[in-house]
Amino acid sequence: MTIIEARGLTKTYRSKSGPVHALAGLDLSVPRGSVKALLGPNGAGKTTVVKMLTTLIRPDAGTAFVDGIDVVADPKAVRRLIGVSGQYAAVDENLTGFENLEMVGRLYHLGGALARRRAQELIDLFELTAAGNRPVKGFSGGMRRRIDLAGALVINPKVLFLDEPTTGLDPRSRIALWQVIKRLVADGTTVLLTTQYLEEADQLADDIVVIDDGRVIAEGTSDQLKAQIGGHRLEIALVDAADSGAARSILARFGDGEPIVTTDGRGLEVAVVDGPLALQHVLAALSEATIRLHDAGMRRPTLDDVFLRLTGHKADKAAQQAEDAELETVK
Amino acid sequence: MSVAATLPTWNPLSMWYSDGWTVTKRNLIKIKRSPDMLVFAVIQPIMFVLLFSQVYAGAISVQGTDYVQFLMAGIFAQTVVFGSTFSGSAMAQDLKEGIIDRFRSLPMSSSAVLIGRTNSDLVLNTISMVIMMATGVAVGWRVNSSVAEFLAGIGLLLLFSYAFSWVMALLGMSVKSPEVINNASFLILFPLTFVSNAFVPSDTLPTPLRIFAEWNPVSSLVQAARQLFGNEGTAPVPDIWTMQNPIATVLIGISVMLLVFVPLCIRKFASISSR
Repeated sequence: MTIIEARGLTKTYRSKSGPVHALAGLDLSVPRGSVKALLGPNGAGKTTVVKMLTTLIRPDAGTAFVDGIDVVADPKAVRRLIGVSGQYAAVDENLTGFENLEMVGRLYHLGGALARRRAQELIDLFELTAAGNRPVKGFSGGMRRRIDLAGALVINPKVLFLDEPTTGLDPRSRIALWQVIKRLVADGTTVLLTTQYLEEADQLADDIVVIDDGRVIAEGTSDQLKAQIGGHRLEIALVDAADSGAARSILARFGDGEPIVTTDGRGLEVAVVDGPLALQHVLAALSEATIRLHDAGMRRPTLDDVFLRLTGHKADKAAQQAEDAELETVK
Repeated sequence: MSVAATLPTWNPLSMWYSDGWTVTKRNLIKIKRSPDMLVFAVIQPIMFVLLFSQVYAGAISVQGTDYVQFLMAGIFAQTVVFGSTFSGSAMAQDLKEGIIDRFRSLPMSSSAVLIGRTNSDLVLNTISMVIMMATGVAVGWRVNSSVAEFLAGIGLLLLFSYAFSWVMALLGMSVKSPEVINNASFLILFPLTFVSNAFVPSDTLPTPLRIFAEWNPVSSLVQAARQLFGNEGTAPVPDIWTMQNPIATVLIGISVMLLVFVPLCIRKFASISSR
């Protein structure tokens, strides 16, 4: 049974360089009690989906239902069921953590007494006791995010929307937040989260939807997606670019799929099924062919690999540039 | 723990009242905790009253009264006009900080954020007004009218500031950053308040400016306040309807602003979202 059901969601923004298709007919269904991750690069349309489902923006076309309620026709009824924590902490800087949460409780119409009791429970749950009575202004980024997430949980929502909940958090805060989300899911909350990190989707989600350019390009469990791009990636860096052709055929022999060669011809990589064994074989073959190596190793697949495989382009331009720069320094 | 199950369905009127009050309270706390805002609301009016009354009093003569009596209504009008721009910059700021997205994702009354904004700015303007009046009295300003007229004068100024807050709130929701509001208000409201009868009698101005000043709505507001405070002097009032009937003009202006901008603001609010 699905609790979120969206069909053909479309949104086009006007810009100086012509229309931008933020969403181009996106379908989404989320089973009740599950965790679904929307995985995609910046600008893929993740936030637009969340804003539509949380009644903040209207789709140009398409329909969306949350718990059977049409988000366009009856936004207020939807708002009574959901909690939202956006990409940027939507908290009032001048209010204390407690005051922020009490205000949200009052605006859900819990009444003063219940709103205050709930605010205190959340302060305790998120270990914000020390900061609960100071204006948010002085809080660290991680604490703001926790207040914001607490704001999304004031009513124990049926559906919790988390738009890049851990972007900008340090690793410790990130793991702490994951723990909180896991506890909520164990209590039966349905969660739709967006992320740029495969690892985060991996940790939290039952099901992952990969989106790019406003449409779904792949869907499945984390294992299914990884299987699509191979278990591991095997990478080598050659001392001499002249060996490129020979090295490529060796990789093709032991790899799963076509090897990728960098423009300078010295960096090669290929997906492999049994990583350690493939690495042994490749190294032996390279050694036999007296091809000298600068570096060799294996790594787990990243979001970039998923993207490269599914779309033929890198997840985002910044990542592409970072990679190019890295290759430069290898030279 | 099932808070959701206890979510009550409120009738629209009590929801409107309660939500409006909740947001007003939030804004008032914000004012209390931002010293710069209080300085703006408290120090600036004192400074204006003192500067104008002490610097220009000797140079500008007004027929039938002294300059301090003439000046005060002008400063009141200028302060409420500028005070209202805060509604615009504060809406723009809330939009930028993302708190608007939080509000819009809650099942609250759709006008509550705007009601709360304009209410709290009315409080801020009232504080400014009281301080200005006290400062005015200290430099020799006197009200020469009945208590009822005096209260009507204050009411008119504050009602104008409230209505103008809605105009500025719509602007605040339409611009990309709070700074735009501050710059625009500087460029538009400074000429509007200065090319009027607020600080000098308009008949002293060169003809094009004089015509502008006579038709300027700020002049009507100033004239209405002067009448109600009994600070008019004996200079002839320009023979145009808006200046001859300043109180009616201001009341019409207030009604038009509210009738047009309240619905526009509510409609705009239903579609805004931070980036």
